[in-house]
Amino acid sequence: MDKYETHESDVLVIGAGGAGLRAAIESSAQGARTALVCKSLLGKAHTVMAEGGIAAALANVDAEDDWRVHFHDTMAGGKMLNNWRMAELHAKEAPDRVYELERWGAVFDRTGDGKILQRAFGGHRYKRLSHVGDRTGLEMIRTLQDKGVHQGIDIYMECTITRLLKDGDRITGAFGYWRESGRYVVFKSKAVVLATGGIGKSYKITSNSWEYTGDGHAMAYEAGAELIDMEFVQFHPTGMVWPPGVRGLLVTEAVRGEGGILRNSKGERFMFKYLPEANKKDFAESDEEARRWVDEVLAGKKPTVRRPPELSTRDNVARSIYTEVKEGRGSPHGGVFLDISYQPAERVKKKLPSMYHQFLELADVDITKEPMEVGPTCHYSMGGVRVDADSGASTVPGLFACGEVSGGMHGGNRLGGNSLSDLVVFGRRAGLGAADYAKSAPSPRPDGREIEEAASIVSAPFDRPDGESPYDIQRDLQTAMSEFVGIFRTEADLEEGLRRIETLKARAKTVGVAEGTRLYNPGWHLALDLKNLLIVSEAIARAALLRKESRGAHSRLDHPKTDSHFGKVNLAVRNVGERMEVRETPLLEMPAELKKVYDEVETPKAVKVP
Amino acid sequence: MSDPSGAQARNPLYRAGFAVTERRDLWWMEPLLTVLGLGVGFGYLTWAAFLGNPEHGHYGPYLSPVYSPPVYEWFPSIMTYLPAFVSPALLILWAPGGFRATCYYYRKAYYRSFFLNPASCAVGKPWEKYCGETEFPLVVQNIHRYFMYLAVVILAFLWYDALKAFTRDGPKDYVAGAGSVVLLLNAVFLSLYTLGCHSLRHLIGGYLDCFSTCPTSKLRHTAWGGVTCLNERHMLWAWVSLGWVGFTDLYIRLVSSGRLADPVLF
Amino acid sequence: MPEQRSFRVFRGDAGGGQMKEYTVETGPGMVVLDAVHQIQATQAPDLAVRWNCKAAKCGSCSAEVNGKPKLMCKTRLDDLPADRPVEVRPMRTFPLIKDLVTDVSWNYEVNKKIPPFTPKPNGEWRWMQEDVDRVQEFRKCIECFLCQNVCHVLREHQKQPEFFGPRFFVRLAALEMHPMDAADRLDLTHRQSGVGYCNITKCCTEVCPEDIHITDNAIIPLKERVVDRFYDPVRRLLRKLFRR
Ligand SMILES: Cc1cc2nc3c(=O)[nH]c(=O)nc-3n(C[C@H](O)[C@H](O)[C@H](O)COP(=O)(O)OP(=O)(O)OC[C@H]3O[C@@H](n4cnc5c(N)ncnc54)[C@H](O)[C@@H]3O)c2cc1C
Ligand code: SF4
Ligand code: SF4
Ligand code: FES
Ligand code: FES
Repeated sequence: MDKYETHESDVLVIGAGGAGLRAAIESSAQGARTALVCKSLLGKAHTVMAEGGIAAALANVDAEDDWRVHFHDTMAGGKMLNNWRMAELHAKEAPDRVYELERWGAVFDRTGDGKILQRAFGGHRYKRLSHVGDRTGLEMIRTLQDKGVHQGIDIYMECTITRLLKDGDRITGAFGYWRESGRYVVFKSKAVVLATGGIGKSYKITSNSWEYTGDGHAMAYEAGAELIDMEFVQFHPTGMVWPPGVRGLLVTEAVRGEGGILRNSKGERFMFKYLPEANKKDFAESDEEARRWVDEVLAGKKPTVRRPPELSTRDNVARSIYTEVKEGRGSPHGGVFLDISYQPAERVKKKLPSMYHQFLELADVDITKEPMEVGPTCHYSMGGVRVDADSGASTVPGLFACGEVSGGMHGGNRLGGNSLSDLVVFGRRAGLGAADYAKSAPSPRPDGREIEEAASIVSAPFDRPDGESPYDIQRDLQTAMSEFVGIFRTEADLEEGLRRIETLKARAKTVGVAEGTRLYNPGWHLALDLKNLLIVSEAIARAALLRKESRGAHSRLDHPKTDSHFGKVNLAVRNVGERMEVRETPLLEMPAELKKVYDEVETPKAVKVP
Repeated sequence: MSDPSGAQARNPLYRAGFAVTERRDLWWMEPLLTVLGLGVGFGYLTWAAFLGNPEHGHYGPYLSPVYSPPVYEWFPSIMTYLPAFVSPALLILWAPGGFRATCYYYRKAYYRSFFLNPASCAVGKPWEKYCGETEFPLVVQNIHRYFMYLAVVILAFLWYDALKAFTRDGPKDYVAGAGSVVLLLNAVFLSLYTLGCHSLRHLIGGYLDCFSTCPTSKLRHTAWGGVTCLNERHMLWAWVSLGWVGFTDLYIRLVSSGRLADPVLF
Repeated sequence: MPEQRSFRVFRGDAGGGQMKEYTVETGPGMVVLDAVHQIQATQAPDLAVRWNCKAAKCGSCSAEVNGKPKLMCKTRLDDLPADRPVEVRPMRTFPLIKDLVTDVSWNYEVNKKIPPFTPKPNGEWRWMQEDVDRVQEFRKCIECFLCQNVCHVLREHQKQPEFFGPRFFVRLAALEMHPMDAADRLDLTHRQSGVGYCNITKCCTEVCPEDIHITDNAIIPLKERVVDRFYDPVRRLLRKLFRR
């Protein structure tokens, strides 16, 4: 086989988004030799696109907020499927991580008295999201990037890892190729931290980029790790729907946080009728009440009335929009209207600058004057590698995971803003965990045969110049997933989806590189990513089939109710001898004190009915 | 990967040479218009300074900005020491001239249109060597702020001239001719230009890293905000004020040489 | 009825290359990056291009469209003249890798030379919005490097070793104007960053997709700060006299 270069480290972090960078910073601060690889250039990872904010109970704006309420909101949003320990650590540590970002140079928007400003978001009882206009992710990734660069982390950009290498049971490194030259590279490492993000490219309409092919999910699966909660795919309620080229691009939830109103083609503010009975009392009952909330918030006052119904959780808003469109009350291009134009134009431009430009430049819509058209878009994977809450360790020794690729933190549905905080809280913990593990781990010894096998898989598409186009296969997979494993699911659809996936798996084996060499060849790169897309797609469909209930982001038309049995289990996906196995595993039992914390928060304090 | 020394392998698409570009729009239009505009503006003022008859520079209370402040009247003996070709205007014009020559906007304008450095963006240049503003003579541009100090002083005189121009029929009577308004606008436009100066913006508050620490720094922030507001339109005011200075001078010359009657407004 | 438009895209690598014709079916609101993707999916699977967000947020898809440096995901086809093929070329200032992809790693090397944010040891972490409005403008930078590409000091004169380029003046300004930063980068700005090479001709500002007023708000204020310390004769004298 071709020659390959080798790099050695104590900790190898795969992925340079918020989670990967934070993990690398921590691990190198612990004295571990740390390497960081990413598929794109540094600073272009998904985190850069995050808009709305980072959730942390700083209580700068609403003094009543504290970690208990944040914990409560997160568990309630996740329909109690969350790993309680993760939710607890997350709620407790997020404020420290936000202040830490500030100490590293991040410049958040300020309150009138000079503290970090926070805004409202769906599912969060208090105004909790620290933000920088609507480009919070950019601020975060740039801050972490600069911190990392000056800390002596070895950074390898535009390098795709295709396989985790093992020495017996434990991880011993990773194999990949340089996107630029197509040459192979082996990273020998005592510990590996996965921070590869999500799976959005399985779907046709998505807010995610080409990077989100589920590489980390698939590699962990192949290395024997367990994936949990894969059936929970978050569809963000508001993606752009027009023009076709930008379909799926995200419209940040901050629009609703700042007072955006959802209406159908008849002009009805339809969210009132979709509020779930359980927390209906937390939301405004009428236009006037909602309007007053917005006015008070804009005036910088503490609201005396309840939140607008648009601030319900994402799963609920997405389903509502989907239903409105399906029942014929959609906008001309198959969405609904989101309106912020009733507010002063200057304010909209200041608080939502990139939304303003995005619509003006890409859709010819001036959001300060007219409503936007929006519809659901595939956004986030709650499911991922099962990890230990405190250390980020997976079930495979030496393999750690954090960020979107890890599972458990968000349960059945993630709250907006809880991802960015998840990245830094658990990025740090995974970095600690991995550095700690590496101290006592043996030196890495990748097996030559395994490397050769990995290399031959990577070069295989070149042997089939007449093979099938990877672009066609990807398109067909996206269609199948959107049609049969989408927002609303049924047994028949899911089975059809799985049948399609089987055919696509066979087709993927014949995929070829029709043109070009190894030099920066996107067709080849996609051909290699297909395998990962197919693994995660199958995992989503299989888990969705097994969960015969509706809960959080998972809605089964044939089982529209929640089922208490499924409320006690996570579905775990494992690779058992080339077969995908899905099984129920019991939820971790929440300790009594924490249950008490959860219950005490139950009655909302800040809410008064006028 | 790039060479650690920073040397870059040339992109094979790169072609050198003047006006080499793949742009298809009228990229040469802006530099061309700038050459014409600056040519007319500064051409006229140079003519006025060297060849214009100083006698025509004032009319009643009107004083052309080219001769203000009237240093040659305060120190009449100066003129006798100077060679004959130095007109009274030259005693003054070096200051506003230097102010404009070192102004960040004018620098951009003439570097582009006269020096072709570069003529327009993503367009090839005729020069191979380049040292920017790092060496003599261009390093002198860095003293722009001193010209700014002078310009502010001169501005005060121009305001004085403008207000005086409203006393057309003697100091007690407020009578305005069209010329009074011309002079007033001249002072206004020059203020809008001068007070939007980048150096002023820096010195008045821009140098601070934190504005909210004490009451005086808050004041500076307000001042800085004001200058910034004008600074955003600095180019506009640079052109308007340049044109208007020329026009003011021309107007007064025409009136005082009797070729134009100055209508009384009120 | 979909319309068609022709494109000419640079195909080639460091060894050389040429413009190739492609025909693309256009739809409403289409941007250049959509067209490039269509070419990739249907005609040239190996056409190399960088992109991530498709929403002008990541700064990956920089190229030269009809000779002008642009983000492809933000350049609408209906804004380009329809009578001639749309020409797409890679950025010229950086070494070519393949097709529309160039080697921008030099920029990352420059960043390493700039001392990172260094907080004041015991300052209070409170400041007002107006203290950071300036800095926030600079922090909008998405590192598309279009400004680096267009700046004639780099593009025509290849002053890479001595000149950091507009992107990093923006970075320097963001750090220097940060209310809580204690490090001093003025010496670096004056002696190493080559800010004196900039002749404020504003091409960087013209191409910045984030509308950062690079020249007016970052470079000129930096130049003024440099003047304070290194050129202003009176200040230098005063400093000498009072030894500060
Ligand atoms: C448009 C948008 C807006 C959002 N807004 C918000 C928000 O306001 N608040 C919030 O909390 N969350 C938000 N999110 C969600 C959040 O941004 C993401 O979930 C989060 O950034 C994921 O971070 P990460 O570190 O896990 O992964 P990423 O930031 O995606 O990083 C993944 C990294 O892994 C690398 N990688 C992947 N595969 C490989 C491989 N095979 N080999 C090598 N490297 C690889 C990639 O190159 C990349 O560097 C938003 C998401 C999107 C798409
Ligand atoms: S203004 Fe300065 S930095 Fe910007 S393009 Fe011109 S010379 Fe380069
Ligand atoms: S300053 Fe503007 S043009 Fe330059 S890299 Fe940043 S965003 Fe791009
Ligand atoms: S910058 Fe134009 S006058 Fe000073
Ligand atoms: S793809 Fe991100 S900026 Fe164009």
